[in-house]
Amino acid sequence: MLRLPEVHRKAIAAHGERAYPQEACGALLGTAAGDDKRVLATLEAANRFGNVEEFQERTGESQANRYVIPPEAVARIEREARQRGLDVVGFYHSHPDHPARPSRYDQDHAWPWLSYVIVAVAQGRAAGMASFVLSDDRSVFAPEPLE
Amino acid sequence: MPNRILIPAALRRFTSDQNAVEVEAGTVDEALKALVTRFKPLEAHLFQDGKLRSFVNVFVNDEDIRHLQKGATVLKAADTISIVPSIAGGS
Repeated sequence: MLRLPEVHRKAIAAHGERAYPQEACGALLGTAAGDDKRVLATLEAANRFGNVEEFQERTGESQANRYVIPPEAVARIEREARQRGLDVVGFYHSHPDHPARPSRYDQDHAWPWLSYVIVAVAQGRAAGMASFVLSDDRSVFAPEPLE
Repeated sequence: MPNRILIPAALRRFTSDQNAVEVEAGTVDEALKALVTRFKPLEAHLFQDGKLRSFVNVFVNDEDIRHLQKGATVLKAADTISIVPSIAGGS
């Protein structure tokens, strides 16, 4: 279960709209008790796809359909969370002109336990949001209740 | 002297909630092998076809092993290994 208050849904949607037609991405900071996660803050991140060694542009792949937050940025996000007394409970990204459901690429690159919120952005306007969690054996990237 | 491997929050459910695991190893490869041998379910999250997954990054102290000798990087006593994720995806 991911508890994502309206104010943070709006921030994620606004970031997705601003980044359109590129993918937006960022982190979800909050508290967790087991699999019950509550978001208390969001942090925008720069989409560095195409600018890091392991994630270069190839045919059909660009910031319009890919995002990456490199390890140095993840480490900074974790430090920021610790300073606020929070945990990194997940990440969000946008799907420009694509539904809010995970791709095979999302699943292949996901970490377990973390919540992955996807906001669909159709023609520049946010159009739906959902959250997904990877199963412990990596076989399923399942929808997670969003409250 | 053993080396410590720091475990990211997302993977701690596979290490009995330990945020650090101590291993005896000569290189980074040996340390990671020792880790996944001890905590078998971790293997699928760190390795694919015997190679580190593209979104798994390993640091020795504060240095990315890609700028050292990668998996062959020799560990000194008390070196700390960190597993740091890249977060990636897309439509």
